[in-house]
Amino acid sequence: MKRTTVVSLALAAVLPLSLAACSSSSDTGKDGVVVLSELDYQVDEPSSSQMKAVLDGCATQVGVKIDRQTVPGAQLIPRVLQAAQSRTLPDLVRIDNPDVQQIAATGGLAPLGDYGITGEGTAKGILDASTYKGKLYGLQPQANTLGLFYNKTLLAQAGVGVPKTWDELATSAAAVSHDDVYGFATAAALGGEGWGFLPFMWSNGGDESDLNSPQVAGALSLFKDLEDSGAMSKSVVNWTQSDVTDQFTSGKAALMVGGSWNMGRLAESGVDWGVAELPVPKAGDTSISTFGGEAWTVPVTGDKTKQAKAADMVKCLTSDESEVQQAKSSVGQVPAKTAVAQQLAQEDPSLAPFVQAVADGRARTGKIGLAWPQAATTIYAGVQSVLTGQAEPADAMAKAAGS
Amino acid sequence: MTAVRPASTPLQADVLPPPRRRSGRGERTARLLFVVPTAVYIAAYFGYPLVKNLLMSFQNYTTATFFTGEAPWVGFQNFSRAVHSNLFVPALGHTALFTAVSIVGQFIIGMALAVFFSRRFPLNKFLRGLLLLPWLLPSVASSAVWRSIFEQDNGILNRVLEGVGLIDEPIGWLTSTSWALTAVIIANVWAGIPFNATILYGGLQEISEDLYEAAALDGATGWRAFRHITLPLLRPVISVVLVLGVVYTVKTLDGILALTNGGPSNATQTIPVRAYQESFVNFSFGVGAAYNTFLILISLVFAVVYLRANRRAVDE
Repeated sequence: MKRTTVVSLALAAVLPLSLAACSSSSDTGKDGVVVLSELDYQVDEPSSSQMKAVLDGCATQVGVKIDRQTVPGAQLIPRVLQAAQSRTLPDLVRIDNPDVQQIAATGGLAPLGDYGITGEGTAKGILDASTYKGKLYGLQPQANTLGLFYNKTLLAQAGVGVPKTWDELATSAAAVSHDDVYGFATAAALGGEGWGFLPFMWSNGGDESDLNSPQVAGALSLFKDLEDSGAMSKSVVNWTQSDVTDQFTSGKAALMVGGSWNMGRLAESGVDWGVAELPVPKAGDTSISTFGGEAWTVPVTGDKTKQAKAADMVKCLTSDESEVQQAKSSVGQVPAKTAVAQQLAQEDPSLAPFVQAVADGRARTGKIGLAWPQAATTIYAGVQSVLTGQAEPADAMAKAAGS
Repeated sequence: MTAVRPASTPLQADVLPPPRRRSGRGERTARLLFVVPTAVYIAAYFGYPLVKNLLMSFQNYTTATFFTGEAPWVGFQNFSRAVHSNLFVPALGHTALFTAVSIVGQFIIGMALAVFFSRRFPLNKFLRGLLLLPWLLPSVASSAVWRSIFEQDNGILNRVLEGVGLIDEPIGWLTSTSWALTAVIIANVWAGIPFNATILYGGLQEISEDLYEAAALDGATGWRAFRHITLPLLRPVISVVLVLGVVYTVKTLDGILALTNGGPSNATQTIPVRAYQESFVNFSFGVGAAYNTFLILISLVFAVVYLRANRRAVDE
């Protein structure tokens, strides 16, 4: 008697849970409004709430509801692949720009041109990143980029100015270094953290399609010389961008290659900081920088109505007004449309150094497309081999390429 | 007249169960039904991934496969790519060195702690509970702390070593190619000690005190008692700990990724790290599966060694 009571109580407890698991999310809301599922990786606050506000704003305009899902950054692509295999792709996915071509090549994304989205007004480099075989598959409303952050106090103490060329960088950084303060810091840990090397490589004329060229070796030599002269710590090979910012905010690095998104953190740090363009090889050279940021994409789910609505969402999210709103509510993000960015820079001069960098910015996947992940692995491994003394700049890339 | 039964032989009917009338088939079905749930679970969660991994290593499995379902057969091409990579031999070497030194370190320290804790002293249980902490901490969290400990310029390890006078210049634990593997091994040994200590402690509790008393009467105490009583009686437990330890350590991924991500300059590349990078960084899932197949083969060898060693122990 007692056992049957226990069993029936247990069943009664489990039954509602199983029913809840079985219930599927409805495709249309209570009042017939289309519900779009969305996926992005803005998990940290405050950017998560900011993203939600932006999405809800556009959802009201377009006349849909957004069912939002967030995952940590490294899990986005695996999640997209899983969803593709189980045919449960979300209607709207925000993909990091170097990955867009990879996903587009699978045939899983709808070309935005089919919905009348051309990306007009957006910086060319940004469009290149999301273009595959001549078709646009994603559109970024904003981008971030790298700049040379400098500690005004430390530079003044050493009596040096902000370096504009590589020679000036070498001398200034060496002059500032003393005790446990290093003149220059940049991230060189594996896993994409070392992308600060790319602007130096590109500004010197180097290219990811020919890594054995002397121009690439020249950029590697710059890093090696900075380390050998004591201007850069040997620990950079293990530092992520976050670690480098920590070093800068604690006054242990006078110059750092950092992302524009750091400005909020730097403002709170108590360091008297400024930001300039990254140094170029010789006076008068153009600084070619890269950019980060995520593109909105419309996966092919087979539901024509939802895909069309998702495309409308992309149009709204990349409209001029939305780009301004998004840039104002975030820190260090530059609108992807050049004219909008320049307008904003006039109102907010702290963005000015980054606006030009984004407008001239070069996409990482722009030239070699799907071969980028392998090339990136080679580049970052090559940089590490030079910094750890395992290889000389001249043959570092060749050695790293064999994996 | 009743026969006098000797006290030692009980009446037949009292002891034996009534003869079974049901056929053996019902019993056989009952036995099968008990095994089926476990068999299904093992087939689904162990068998399927194994088979799928093996198949993937022979296919050209890319991101497109997730969308289109097409994965063309390429035979041994993935294995060839894996073996011809200039990181394959270093990765194998690092995996072997990492596993061997980790197991030796974990076992010795674990055994020492197990023997220590088998004595009675105040706070014994509490300290034994605390000993489990390294095992319970998520490896990403502990790796973050290890990264700050190993920091070349300001890390506490270098500060202590310099302060004591053991080294003159700070060691680049995570930044020098000669020390990175050592650093990763140290972190892994620390994480594996609780497992060894706990299981060996359990094994030690099984050994009867009388044996030690008898040995003490014959004059064998301390180290001799350990060698001639503890070790032989612990053999089955030791073989479990070692084999499980090897199988578990050989596939360590999260600890290495969080500490060095395979660097600096590929100094801590191991087979699992290669498998992960090929699959999720280069999106060549077939090549990643090939690396995983190598790993499975290595683990299989150790499992076979364990089974044969166990069988010999049972026979003895």
